[in-house]
Amino acid sequence: MARSVSTRRKLFFTVAAWSVALLIFFPVLWTILTSFKTEASAVASPPELLGADWTLQNYSDVWARSDYPRFFLNSVIISIGSTVLGLLIAIPAAWSMAFVPGNKTKDLLMWMLSTKMMPAAAVLIPMYLIFQKTGLFDTRTGLVLALMLMNLPVIIWMLYTYFKEIPGEILEAARMDGASLKNEVLYILTPMAIPGIASTMLLNIILAWNEAFWTITLTTINAAPLSAFIASFSAPQGLFYAKLSAASTMAIAPILIMGWFGQKQLVRGLTFGAVK
Amino acid sequence: MATQSSRATARLMVAPSVVLLFIWMIVPLAMTIWFSFRIYRLLSPERSGWAGVRNYTWFFNSPDFWLGISNTLLLVGGVLAITIVFGVLIAMLIDQPVWGQGPLRILVISPFFVMPPVAASIWENLFMHPQNGLLAAAARGLGEQPILFLESYPMASVIFIVSWEWLPFATLILLTALQSLSSEQLEAAEMDGASALSRFRYITLPHMTRAITVVILIQTIFLLGIFGEIFTTTQGGPGSASTTLPYMIYKQALIAKDIGRAAAGGIIAVVLANIVAFFLMRSMGKHLDA
Repeated sequence: MARSVSTRRKLFFTVAAWSVALLIFFPVLWTILTSFKTEASAVASPPELLGADWTLQNYSDVWARSDYPRFFLNSVIISIGSTVLGLLIAIPAAWSMAFVPGNKTKDLLMWMLSTKMMPAAAVLIPMYLIFQKTGLFDTRTGLVLALMLMNLPVIIWMLYTYFKEIPGEILEAARMDGASLKNEVLYILTPMAIPGIASTMLLNIILAWNEAFWTITLTTINAAPLSAFIASFSAPQGLFYAKLSAASTMAIAPILIMGWFGQKQLVRGLTFGAVK
Repeated sequence: MATQSSRATARLMVAPSVVLLFIWMIVPLAMTIWFSFRIYRLLSPERSGWAGVRNYTWFFNSPDFWLGISNTLLLVGGVLAITIVFGVLIAMLIDQPVWGQGPLRILVISPFFVMPPVAASIWENLFMHPQNGLLAAAARGLGEQPILFLESYPMASVIFIVSWEWLPFATLILLTALQSLSSEQLEAAEMDGASALSRFRYITLPHMTRAITVVILIQTIFLLGIFGEIFTTTQGGPGSASTTLPYMIYKQALIAKDIGRAAAGGIIAVVLANIVAFFLMRSMGKHLDA
Protein backbone atom coordinates (compact mmCIF):
# COMPACT_ATOMS: atom_id res chain seq x y z
CA MET A 1 0.00 0.00 0.00
CA ALA A 2 2.61 2.50 1.13
CA ARG A 3 4.73 1.42 -1.78
CA SER A 4 2.08 2.17 -4.39
CA VAL A 5 1.40 5.59 -2.89
CA SER A 6 5.10 6.44 -3.03
CA THR A 7 5.33 5.20 -6.63
CA ARG A 8 2.40 7.40 -7.60
CA ARG A 9 4.00 10.28 -5.77
CA LYS A 10 7.26 9.66 -7.61
CA LEU A 11 5.45 9.47 -10.93
CA PHE A 12 3.70 12.76 -10.23
CA PHE A 13 6.92 14.56 -9.35
CA THR A 14 8.74 12.99 -12.28
CA VAL A 15 6.16 14.29 -14.74
CA ALA A 16 6.12 17.73 -13.11
CA ALA A 17 9.90 18.05 -12.93
CA TRP A 18 10.43 16.85 -16.50
CA SER A 19 7.79 19.28 -17.79
CA VAL A 20 9.55 22.20 -16.13
CA ALA A 21 12.98 21.04 -17.30
CA LEU A 22 11.80 20.62 -20.89
CA LEU A 23 10.21 24.07 -20.77
CA ILE A 24 13.52 25.60 -19.68
CA PHE A 25 15.45 23.64 -22.29
CA PHE A 26 12.90 24.20 -25.06
CA PRO A 27 14.45 27.39 -26.60
CA VAL A 28 17.74 25.53 -27.11
CA LEU A 29 15.94 22.51 -28.54
CA TRP A 30 13.83 24.64 -30.86
CA THR A 31 16.94 26.42 -32.16
CA ILE A 32 18.61 23.10 -32.91
CA LEU A 33 15.48 21.81 -34.68
CA THR A 34 15.09 25.02 -36.69
CA SER A 35 18.70 24.76 -37.84
CA PHE A 36 17.79 21.58 -39.73
CA LYS A 37 14.76 23.06 -41.52
CA THR A 38 14.59 24.88 -44.84
CA GLU A 39 14.14 28.65 -44.54
CA ALA A 40 10.52 28.38 -45.68
CA SER A 41 9.80 25.62 -43.22
CA ALA A 42 11.50 27.55 -40.40
CA VAL A 43 9.03 30.45 -40.59
CA ALA A 44 5.96 28.40 -41.52
CA SER A 45 2.79 29.21 -39.62
CA PRO A 46 1.58 27.17 -37.87
CA PRO A 47 5.05 25.92 -36.90
CA GLU A 48 6.07 22.68 -38.55
CA LEU A 49 7.55 19.80 -36.69
CA LEU A 50 6.82 16.36 -38.11
CA GLY A 51 5.98 17.62 -41.59
CA ALA A 52 8.94 20.01 -41.83
CA ASP A 53 11.43 19.93 -44.70
CA TRP A 54 14.62 18.70 -43.07
CA THR A 55 17.94 19.70 -44.57
CA LEU A 56 21.65 20.10 -43.83
CA GLN A 57 21.89 22.98 -46.28
CA ASN A 58 22.04 25.66 -43.55
CA TYR A 59 25.18 24.20 -42.06
CA SER A 60 26.97 24.03 -45.40
CA ASP A 61 25.80 27.60 -46.19
CA VAL A 62 27.08 28.95 -42.87
CA TRP A 63 30.29 26.99 -43.31
CA ALA A 64 30.80 28.44 -46.79
CA ARG A 65 29.83 31.99 -45.84
CA SER A 66 32.26 32.45 -42.99
CA ASP A 67 35.47 31.03 -41.69
CA TYR A 68 34.01 29.01 -38.82
CA PRO A 69 37.20 27.03 -38.04
CA ARG A 70 39.13 30.26 -37.41
CA PHE A 71 36.46 31.65 -35.05
CA PHE A 72 36.28 28.29 -33.32
CA LEU A 73 40.04 28.06 -32.92
CA ASN A 74 40.16 31.60 -31.51
CA SER A 75 37.45 30.71 -28.98
CA VAL A 76 39.36 27.61 -27.91
CA ILE A 77 42.68 29.42 -27.59
CA ILE A 78 41.23 32.42 -25.77
CA SER A 79 39.09 30.50 -23.29
CA ILE A 80 41.67 27.81 -22.49
CA GLY A 81 44.59 30.25 -22.55
CA SER A 82 42.98 32.75 -20.19
CA THR A 83 41.88 29.97 -17.84
CA VAL A 84 45.29 28.28 -17.64
CA LEU A 85 47.11 31.58 -17.20
CA GLY A 86 44.58 32.63 -14.58
CA LEU A 87 45.06 29.37 -12.66
CA LEU A 88 48.84 29.79 -12.67
CA ILE A 89 48.52 33.20 -11.05
CA ALA A 90 45.56 32.37 -8.81
CA ILE A 91 46.72 29.06 -7.29
CA PRO A 92 49.62 30.55 -5.26
CA ALA A 93 47.44 33.50 -4.20
CA ALA A 94 44.52 31.34 -3.10
CA TRP A 95 46.89 28.92 -1.40
CA SER A 96 48.55 31.57 0.71
CA MET A 97 45.26 33.24 1.63
CA ALA A 98 43.72 29.92 2.66
CA PHE A 99 46.66 28.61 4.69
CA VAL A 100 48.51 31.70 5.89
CA PRO A 101 45.57 34.04 6.42
CA GLY A 102 46.24 37.52 7.75
CA ASN A 103 43.72 39.78 9.39
CA LYS A 104 43.22 41.53 6.05
CA THR A 105 42.54 38.37 4.00
CA LYS A 106 38.73 38.75 4.00
CA ASP A 107 39.01 42.39 2.96
CA LEU A 108 41.44 41.47 0.21
CA LEU A 109 39.05 38.85 -1.15
CA MET A 110 36.16 41.32 -1.10
CA TRP A 111 38.31 43.93 -2.84
CA MET A 112 39.22 41.43 -5.56
CA LEU A 113 35.56 40.67 -6.18
CA SER A 114 34.78 44.39 -6.19
CA THR A 115 37.07 44.91 -9.20
CA LYS A 116 34.40 43.03 -11.15
CA MET A 117 31.83 45.64 -10.20
CA MET A 118 33.09 48.18 -12.72
CA PRO A 119 30.65 48.02 -15.65
CA ALA A 120 32.54 47.07 -18.81
CA ALA A 121 30.84 49.81 -20.82
CA ALA A 122 32.26 52.38 -18.38
CA VAL A 123 35.88 51.62 -19.25
CA LEU A 124 35.36 50.73 -22.90
CA ILE A 125 37.24 53.73 -24.35
CA PRO A 126 40.27 53.55 -22.01
CA MET A 127 40.55 49.83 -22.70
CA TYR A 128 40.26 50.42 -26.42
CA LEU A 129 43.01 53.06 -26.29
CA ILE A 130 45.27 50.91 -24.11
CA PHE A 131 44.87 47.96 -26.43
CA GLN A 132 45.55 50.11 -29.49
CA LYS A 133 48.66 51.73 -27.95
CA THR A 134 50.18 48.46 -26.75
CA GLY A 135 49.52 46.61 -29.97
CA LEU A 136 47.26 44.13 -28.18
CA PHE A 137 44.18 45.13 -30.15
CA ASP A 138 42.73 42.28 -32.19
CA THR A 139 45.33 39.81 -30.94
CA ARG A 140 44.70 36.54 -29.13
CA THR A 141 47.30 37.55 -26.54
CA GLY A 142 45.30 40.69 -25.77
CA LEU A 143 42.07 38.78 -25.27
CA VAL A 144 43.75 36.07 -23.22
CA LEU A 145 45.07 38.79 -20.90
CA ALA A 146 41.78 40.70 -20.74
CA LEU A 147 39.64 37.65 -20.00
CA MET A 148 42.19 36.27 -17.56
CA LEU A 149 42.10 39.51 -15.56
CA MET A 150 38.33 39.72 -15.82
CA ASN A 151 37.86 36.25 -14.37
CA LEU A 152 40.82 36.24 -11.97
CA PRO A 153 38.72 37.30 -8.95
CA VAL A 154 36.27 34.46 -9.58
CA ILE A 155 39.11 31.95 -10.00
CA ILE A 156 40.76 33.08 -6.76
CA TRP A 157 37.47 32.97 -4.85
CA MET A 158 36.65 29.47 -6.01
CA LEU A 159 40.13 28.10 -5.31
CA TYR A 160 40.18 29.82 -1.91
CA THR A 161 36.97 28.10 -0.85
CA TYR A 162 38.28 24.72 -2.03
CA PHE A 163 41.63 25.12 -0.33
CA LYS A 164 39.85 26.08 2.88
CA GLU A 165 38.33 22.58 2.93
CA ILE A 166 41.73 20.89 2.95
CA PRO A 167 42.63 20.02 6.55
CA GLY A 168 45.57 22.07 7.79
CA GLU A 169 46.92 19.16 9.90
CA ILE A 170 48.20 17.41 6.82
CA LEU A 171 50.20 20.45 5.87
CA GLU A 172 51.55 20.81 9.40
CA ALA A 173 52.68 17.21 9.35
CA ALA A 174 54.46 17.83 6.08
CA ARG A 175 56.16 20.87 7.54
CA MET A 176 57.31 18.84 10.55
CA ASP A 177 58.90 16.43 8.14
CA GLY A 178 60.76 19.36 6.64
CA ALA A 179 58.87 19.81 3.40
CA SER A 180 59.65 23.13 1.75
CA LEU A 181 56.88 25.45 0.73
CA LYS A 182 57.40 24.55 -2.88
CA ASN A 183 57.14 20.82 -2.20
CA GLU A 184 54.16 21.39 0.04
CA VAL A 185 52.27 23.04 -2.82
CA LEU A 186 53.49 20.65 -5.50
CA TYR A 187 53.17 17.26 -3.79
CA ILE A 188 50.56 17.66 -1.08
CA LEU A 189 48.24 20.49 -1.83
CA THR A 190 47.89 20.15 -5.59
CA PRO A 191 46.83 16.48 -5.67
CA MET A 192 44.23 17.15 -2.96
CA ALA A 193 43.01 20.21 -4.77
CA ILE A 194 42.71 18.65 -8.24
CA PRO A 195 38.90 18.26 -8.12
CA GLY A 196 38.48 21.88 -7.04
CA ILE A 197 40.92 23.08 -9.68
CA ALA A 198 39.07 21.05 -12.32
CA SER A 199 35.72 22.64 -11.40
CA THR A 200 37.28 26.09 -11.40
CA MET A 201 38.80 25.42 -14.78
CA LEU A 202 35.55 24.21 -16.28
CA LEU A 203 33.51 27.17 -15.03
CA ASN A 204 36.09 29.65 -16.26
CA ILE A 205 36.34 28.11 -19.70
CA ILE A 206 32.57 28.51 -19.95
CA LEU A 207 32.65 32.11 -18.69
CA ALA A 208 35.43 32.97 -21.15
CA TRP A 209 33.74 31.15 -24.04
CA ASN A 210 30.50 33.05 -23.45
CA GLU A 211 32.07 36.46 -22.84
CA ALA A 212 30.66 38.75 -25.49
CA PHE A 213 31.62 42.32 -24.66
CA TRP A 214 35.40 42.53 -24.77
CA THR A 215 35.68 39.75 -27.33
CA ILE A 216 33.55 41.81 -29.72
CA THR A 217 34.82 45.32 -28.94
CA LEU A 218 38.53 44.48 -28.79
CA THR A 219 38.72 42.46 -32.00
CA THR A 220 38.04 42.94 -35.68
CA ILE A 221 39.13 39.92 -37.69
CA ASN A 222 42.28 38.15 -36.55
CA ALA A 223 41.39 37.31 -32.97
CA ALA A 224 37.59 37.32 -33.24
CA PRO A 225 36.03 34.31 -31.48
CA LEU A 226 32.58 32.74 -31.86
CA SER A 227 30.78 35.56 -30.04
CA ALA A 228 31.83 37.85 -32.92
CA PHE A 229 30.93 35.12 -35.42
CA ILE A 230 27.36 35.06 -34.13
CA ALA A 231 27.14 38.85 -34.03
CA SER A 232 27.75 38.86 -37.79
CA PHE A 233 24.74 36.58 -38.29
CA SER A 234 22.09 38.78 -36.71
CA ALA A 235 19.93 38.73 -39.80
CA PRO A 236 17.54 41.61 -40.41
CA GLN A 237 13.84 40.92 -39.95
CA GLY A 238 14.17 37.20 -39.55
CA LEU A 239 14.74 36.35 -43.21
CA PHE A 240 17.35 33.76 -42.38
CA TYR A 241 15.96 31.94 -39.39
CA ALA A 242 17.32 28.55 -40.30
CA LYS A 243 20.81 29.89 -41.01
CA LEU A 244 20.76 31.98 -37.85
CA SER A 245 19.79 28.85 -35.92
CA ALA A 246 22.53 26.82 -37.58
CA ALA A 247 25.12 29.48 -36.74
CA SER A 248 23.79 29.67 -33.15
CA THR A 249 23.97 25.91 -32.79
CA MET A 250 27.53 25.91 -34.10
CA ALA A 251 28.50 28.63 -31.61
CA ILE A 252 27.04 26.96 -28.53
CA ALA A 253 27.42 23.25 -29.34
CA PRO A 254 31.06 22.82 -28.23
CA ILE A 255 30.53 24.36 -24.79
CA LEU A 256 27.08 22.76 -24.39
CA ILE A 257 28.54 19.30 -24.92
CA MET A 258 31.50 20.01 -22.68
CA GLY A 259 29.19 21.37 -19.99
CA TRP A 260 26.91 18.33 -20.16
CA PHE A 261 29.81 15.98 -19.65
CA GLY A 262 31.33 18.04 -16.89
CA GLN A 263 28.12 19.02 -15.13
CA LYS A 264 28.98 17.19 -11.88
CA GLN A 265 32.23 19.18 -11.53
CA LEU A 266 30.45 22.29 -12.62
CA VAL A 267 27.74 22.05 -10.00
CA ARG A 268 30.46 21.77 -7.40
CA GLY A 269 32.29 24.69 -8.93
CA LEU A 270 29.30 26.95 -9.23
CA THR A 271 28.51 26.87 -5.56
CA PHE A 272 31.71 28.72 -4.70
CA GLY A 273 32.07 26.27 -1.83
CA ALA A 274 29.42 28.35 -0.15
CA VAL A 275 26.88 25.58 0.10
CA LYS A 276 27.83 22.24 1.50
CA MET B 1 51.91 28.33 13.44
CA ALA B 2 53.23 30.10 10.38
CA THR B 3 56.79 31.28 10.62
CA GLN B 4 58.08 34.69 9.67
CA SER B 5 59.53 33.40 6.42
CA SER B 6 56.40 31.50 5.42
CA ARG B 7 54.38 34.69 5.92
CA ALA B 8 56.75 36.55 3.66
CA THR B 9 56.49 33.81 1.05
CA ALA B 10 52.72 33.87 1.35
CA ARG B 11 52.67 37.60 0.65
CA LEU B 12 54.92 37.06 -2.32
CA MET B 13 52.45 34.51 -3.68
CA VAL B 14 49.49 36.87 -3.43
CA ALA B 15 51.44 39.76 -4.88
CA PRO B 16 51.11 38.98 -8.62
CA SER B 17 47.31 38.72 -8.38
CA VAL B 18 47.00 41.88 -6.33
CA VAL B 19 49.35 43.90 -8.54
CA LEU B 20 47.72 42.72 -11.78
CA LEU B 21 44.19 43.33 -10.54
CA PHE B 22 45.19 46.71 -9.17
CA ILE B 23 46.64 47.79 -12.53
CA TRP B 24 43.64 46.29 -14.36
CA MET B 25 41.35 48.37 -12.16
CA ILE B 26 43.27 51.60 -11.58
CA VAL B 27 44.60 52.44 -15.06
CA PRO B 28 41.24 52.44 -16.87
CA LEU B 29 39.60 54.06 -13.85
CA ALA B 30 42.16 56.87 -13.74
CA MET B 31 41.85 57.41 -17.48
CA THR B 32 38.06 57.46 -17.19
CA ILE B 33 38.18 60.04 -14.39
CA TRP B 34 40.61 62.17 -16.46
CA PHE B 35 38.42 61.99 -19.61
CA SER B 36 35.30 62.74 -17.63
CA PHE B 37 36.57 66.27 -16.93
CA ARG B 38 37.79 66.85 -20.48
CA ILE B 39 36.15 67.97 -23.69
CA TYR B 40 36.87 64.97 -25.90
CA ARG B 41 34.76 64.43 -29.01
CA LEU B 42 35.93 62.17 -31.77
CA LEU B 43 33.76 64.04 -34.27
CA SER B 44 35.29 67.43 -33.49
CA PRO B 45 38.87 66.73 -32.44
CA GLU B 46 39.89 70.40 -32.76
CA ARG B 47 37.88 71.24 -29.64
CA SER B 48 39.64 70.12 -26.53
CA GLY B 49 40.40 71.35 -23.02
CA TRP B 50 38.83 71.17 -19.63
CA ALA B 51 35.10 70.64 -19.38
CA GLY B 52 34.82 71.14 -15.65
CA VAL B 53 31.81 69.21 -14.45
CA ARG B 54 29.81 69.83 -17.61
CA ASN B 55 30.01 66.19 -18.73
CA TYR B 56 28.49 65.20 -15.40
CA THR B 57 25.77 67.86 -15.46
CA TRP B 58 24.88 66.80 -19.00
CA PHE B 59 24.23 63.30 -17.68
CA PHE B 60 22.25 64.46 -14.67
CA ASN B 61 20.12 66.78 -16.82
CA SER B 62 19.55 64.25 -19.56
CA PRO B 63 15.89 63.21 -19.68
CA ASP B 64 17.01 59.58 -19.93
CA PHE B 65 19.26 59.64 -16.90
CA TRP B 66 16.85 58.76 -14.11
CA LEU B 67 15.06 56.37 -16.44
CA GLY B 68 18.41 54.73 -17.18
CA ILE B 69 19.20 54.40 -13.47
CA SER B 70 15.77 53.04 -12.60
CA ASN B 71 15.86 50.63 -15.55
CA THR B 72 19.27 49.39 -14.42
CA LEU B 73 17.97 48.76 -10.90
CA LEU B 74 14.72 47.31 -12.26
CA LEU B 75 16.70 44.85 -14.39
CA VAL B 76 18.86 43.75 -11.45
CA GLY B 77 15.91 43.55 -9.04
CA GLY B 78 13.56 41.90 -11.52
CA VAL B 79 16.01 39.21 -12.57
CA LEU B 80 17.00 38.53 -8.94
CA ALA B 81 13.36 38.20 -7.88
CA ILE B 82 12.42 35.88 -10.75
CA THR B 83 15.50 33.67 -10.58
CA ILE B 84 15.34 33.28 -6.81
CA VAL B 85 11.58 32.59 -6.56
CA PHE B 86 11.56 30.17 -9.49
CA GLY B 87 14.98 28.84 -8.53
CA VAL B 88 13.65 27.86 -5.09
CA LEU B 89 10.50 26.27 -6.57
CA ILE B 90 12.34 24.34 -9.29
CA ALA B 91 15.09 23.24 -6.89
CA MET B 92 12.44 21.90 -4.50
CA LEU B 93 10.74 20.08 -7.37
CA ILE B 94 13.95 18.47 -8.64
CA ASP B 95 14.92 17.57 -5.09
CA GLN B 96 11.88 15.28 -4.86
CA PRO B 97 12.39 11.60 -5.69
CA VAL B 98 12.12 11.56 -9.49
CA TRP B 99 13.26 9.29 -12.28
CA GLY B 100 16.19 10.53 -14.32
CA GLN B 101 17.56 13.20 -12.04
CA GLY B 102 20.85 13.34 -13.96
CA PRO B 103 19.39 14.10 -17.41
CA LEU B 104 16.92 16.42 -15.70
CA ARG B 105 19.74 18.48 -14.27
CA ILE B 106 21.45 18.60 -17.65
CA LEU B 107 18.31 20.07 -19.26
CA VAL B 108 17.85 22.65 -16.52
CA ILE B 109 21.49 23.77 -16.62
CA SER B 110 21.56 24.18 -20.43
CA PRO B 111 20.68 27.90 -20.74
CA PHE B 112 23.86 28.64 -18.77
CA PHE B 113 25.94 27.39 -21.70
CA VAL B 114 24.27 29.66 -24.24
CA MET B 115 26.31 32.80 -24.87
CA PRO B 116 24.36 36.06 -24.32
CA PRO B 117 24.25 37.19 -27.98
CA VAL B 118 22.86 33.80 -28.99
CA ALA B 119 20.33 33.76 -26.15
CA ALA B 120 19.16 37.26 -27.04
CA SER B 121 18.85 36.56 -30.76
CA ILE B 122 17.06 33.23 -30.22
CA TRP B 123 14.44 34.92 -28.04
CA GLU B 124 14.16 37.97 -30.26
CA ASN B 125 13.78 36.12 -33.56
CA LEU B 126 12.56 32.59 -32.94
CA PHE B 127 10.18 33.39 -30.10
CA MET B 128 9.25 37.05 -29.68
CA HIS B 129 9.18 38.10 -33.33
CA PRO B 130 5.67 39.50 -34.06
CA GLN B 131 5.31 37.65 -37.40
CA ASN B 132 7.55 34.61 -37.39
CA GLY B 133 8.07 34.01 -33.69
CA LEU B 134 6.74 30.89 -32.04
CA LEU B 135 4.86 32.93 -29.44
CA ALA B 136 3.11 34.87 -32.21
CA ALA B 137 2.14 31.59 -33.86
CA ALA B 138 0.80 30.36 -30.52
CA ALA B 139 -1.23 33.55 -30.09
CA ARG B 140 -2.70 33.19 -33.59
CA GLY B 141 -3.49 29.56 -32.85
CA LEU B 142 -5.54 30.72 -29.88
CA GLY B 143 -7.26 33.32 -32.04
CA GLU B 144 -5.47 36.25 -30.36
CA GLN B 145 -3.41 39.10 -31.73
CA PRO B 146 0.34 38.43 -31.38
CA ILE B 147 1.89 40.45 -28.58
CA LEU B 148 4.63 42.90 -29.60
CA PHE B 149 6.88 41.85 -26.76
CA LEU B 150 9.94 43.98 -27.48
CA GLU B 151 7.93 46.99 -28.64
CA SER B 152 5.17 47.08 -26.03
CA TYR B 153 6.96 45.56 -23.04
CA PRO B 154 10.67 46.09 -23.71
CA MET B 155 11.94 46.04 -20.11
CA ALA B 156 9.78 43.07 -19.14
CA SER B 157 11.01 41.17 -22.20
CA VAL B 158 14.67 41.92 -21.48
CA ILE B 159 14.20 40.94 -17.82
CA PHE B 160 12.57 37.71 -18.99
CA ILE B 161 15.42 36.84 -21.37
CA VAL B 162 18.11 37.58 -18.80
CA SER B 163 16.18 35.60 -16.17
CA TRP B 164 16.13 32.59 -18.49
CA GLU B 165 19.92 32.85 -18.80
CA TRP B 166 20.49 33.07 -15.03
CA LEU B 167 17.81 30.67 -13.78
CA PRO B 168 20.11 27.61 -14.04
CA PHE B 169 22.75 29.27 -11.88
CA ALA B 170 20.26 30.12 -9.12
CA THR B 171 18.54 26.74 -9.33
CA LEU B 172 21.78 24.76 -9.09
CA ILE B 173 23.10 26.63 -6.07
CA LEU B 174 19.76 26.40 -4.28
CA LEU B 175 19.46 22.71 -5.19
CA THR B 176 22.86 21.98 -3.69
CA ALA B 177 21.78 23.74 -0.50
CA LEU B 178 18.53 21.78 -0.38
CA GLN B 179 20.29 18.47 -0.77
CA SER B 180 22.22 19.08 2.42
CA LEU B 181 19.04 19.63 4.41
CA SER B 182 18.35 16.65 6.63
CA SER B 183 15.01 15.03 5.87
CA GLU B 184 14.73 13.90 9.50
CA GLN B 185 14.20 17.46 10.62
CA LEU B 186 11.41 17.92 8.11
CA GLU B 187 9.82 14.59 9.05
CA ALA B 188 9.93 15.47 12.73
CA ALA B 189 8.22 18.76 12.00
CA GLU B 190 5.61 16.95 9.95
CA MET B 191 4.96 14.54 12.86
CA ASP B 192 4.46 17.52 15.14
CA GLY B 193 1.76 18.72 12.78
CA ALA B 194 3.59 21.57 11.07
CA SER B 195 1.92 22.43 7.77
CA ALA B 196 3.82 22.23 4.48
CA LEU B 197 3.90 26.02 4.36
CA SER B 198 5.33 26.47 7.85
CA ARG B 199 7.86 23.66 7.26
CA PHE B 200 9.03 25.67 4.25
CA ARG B 201 8.97 28.97 6.14
CA TYR B 202 10.76 27.85 9.29
CA ILE B 203 13.05 25.03 8.15
CA THR B 204 13.72 25.00 4.40
CA LEU B 205 14.01 28.74 3.80
CA PRO B 206 16.37 29.51 6.72
CA HIS B 207 18.55 26.61 5.58
CA MET B 208 18.91 28.25 2.15
CA THR B 209 19.77 31.75 3.43
CA ARG B 210 23.46 31.39 2.67
CA ALA B 211 22.84 30.00 -0.80
CA ILE B 212 20.41 32.81 -1.59
CA THR B 213 23.02 35.32 -0.41
CA VAL B 214 25.59 33.85 -2.78
CA VAL B 215 23.11 33.98 -5.66
CA ILE B 216 22.27 37.63 -4.97
CA LEU B 217 25.92 38.65 -4.63
CA ILE B 218 27.25 36.94 -7.74
CA GLN B 219 24.28 37.76 -9.96
CA THR B 220 24.24 41.44 -8.96
CA ILE B 221 27.86 41.80 -10.01
CA PHE B 222 27.09 40.39 -13.44
CA LEU B 223 23.66 42.01 -13.87
CA LEU B 224 24.76 45.59 -13.14
CA GLY B 225 26.79 45.57 -16.35
CA ILE B 226 24.22 43.87 -18.61
CA PHE B 227 24.59 45.29 -22.06
CA GLY B 228 24.65 42.68 -24.83
CA GLU B 229 21.06 41.50 -24.38
CA ILE B 230 19.71 45.05 -24.71
CA PHE B 231 22.02 45.82 -27.62
CA THR B 232 20.84 42.74 -29.53
CA THR B 233 17.11 43.01 -28.82
CA THR B 234 15.70 46.50 -28.18
CA GLN B 235 18.68 48.81 -28.75
CA GLY B 236 17.46 50.63 -25.66
CA GLY B 237 14.11 51.42 -27.28
CA PRO B 238 11.47 51.98 -28.28
CA GLY B 239 12.48 55.59 -27.69
CA SER B 240 14.53 55.11 -24.57
CA ALA B 241 12.09 52.82 -22.76
CA SER B 242 14.66 50.08 -22.14
CA THR B 243 17.79 52.21 -21.88
CA THR B 244 19.99 51.29 -18.93
CA LEU B 245 23.01 53.14 -17.61
CA PRO B 246 25.56 50.88 -19.40
CA TYR B 247 23.60 51.31 -22.62
CA MET B 248 23.52 55.13 -22.23
CA ILE B 249 27.30 55.09 -21.82
CA TYR B 250 27.69 52.90 -24.87
CA LYS B 251 25.54 55.31 -26.91
CA GLN B 252 27.63 58.30 -25.85
CA ALA B 253 30.89 56.50 -26.59
CA LEU B 254 30.21 54.75 -29.88
CA ILE B 255 27.25 56.56 -31.44
CA ALA B 256 27.63 60.18 -30.28
CA LYS B 257 31.39 59.60 -30.06
CA ASP B 258 31.61 61.89 -27.05
CA ILE B 259 34.30 60.29 -24.92
CA GLY B 260 34.11 62.92 -22.20
CA ARG B 261 30.43 62.32 -21.56
CA ALA B 262 30.78 58.56 -21.83
CA ALA B 263 33.55 58.72 -19.22
CA ALA B 264 31.39 60.82 -16.89
CA GLY B 265 28.65 58.22 -17.30
CA GLY B 266 31.19 55.51 -16.54
CA ILE B 267 32.18 57.17 -13.28
CA ILE B 268 28.49 57.52 -12.34
CA ALA B 269 28.06 53.81 -13.07
CA VAL B 270 31.05 52.95 -10.87
CA VAL B 271 29.59 55.05 -8.03
CA LEU B 272 26.20 53.37 -8.45
CA ALA B 273 27.83 49.92 -8.40
CA ASN B 274 29.65 50.86 -5.22
CA ILE B 275 26.48 52.08 -3.53
CA VAL B 276 24.74 48.83 -4.42
CA ALA B 277 27.78 46.83 -3.27
CA PHE B 278 27.89 48.72 0.02
CA PHE B 279 24.30 47.86 0.87
CA LEU B 280 24.77 44.28 -0.32
CA MET B 281 27.81 43.76 1.87
CA ARG B 282 26.18 45.40 4.85
CA SER B 283 23.03 43.36 4.68
CA MET B 284 24.63 40.10 3.62
CA GLY B 285 28.18 40.10 4.89
CA LYS B 286 27.13 38.28 8.05
CA HIS B 287 25.71 35.37 6.07
CA LEU B 288 28.93 34.91 4.15
CA ASP B 289 31.40 34.26 6.96
CA ALA B 290 32.62 30.74 6.62
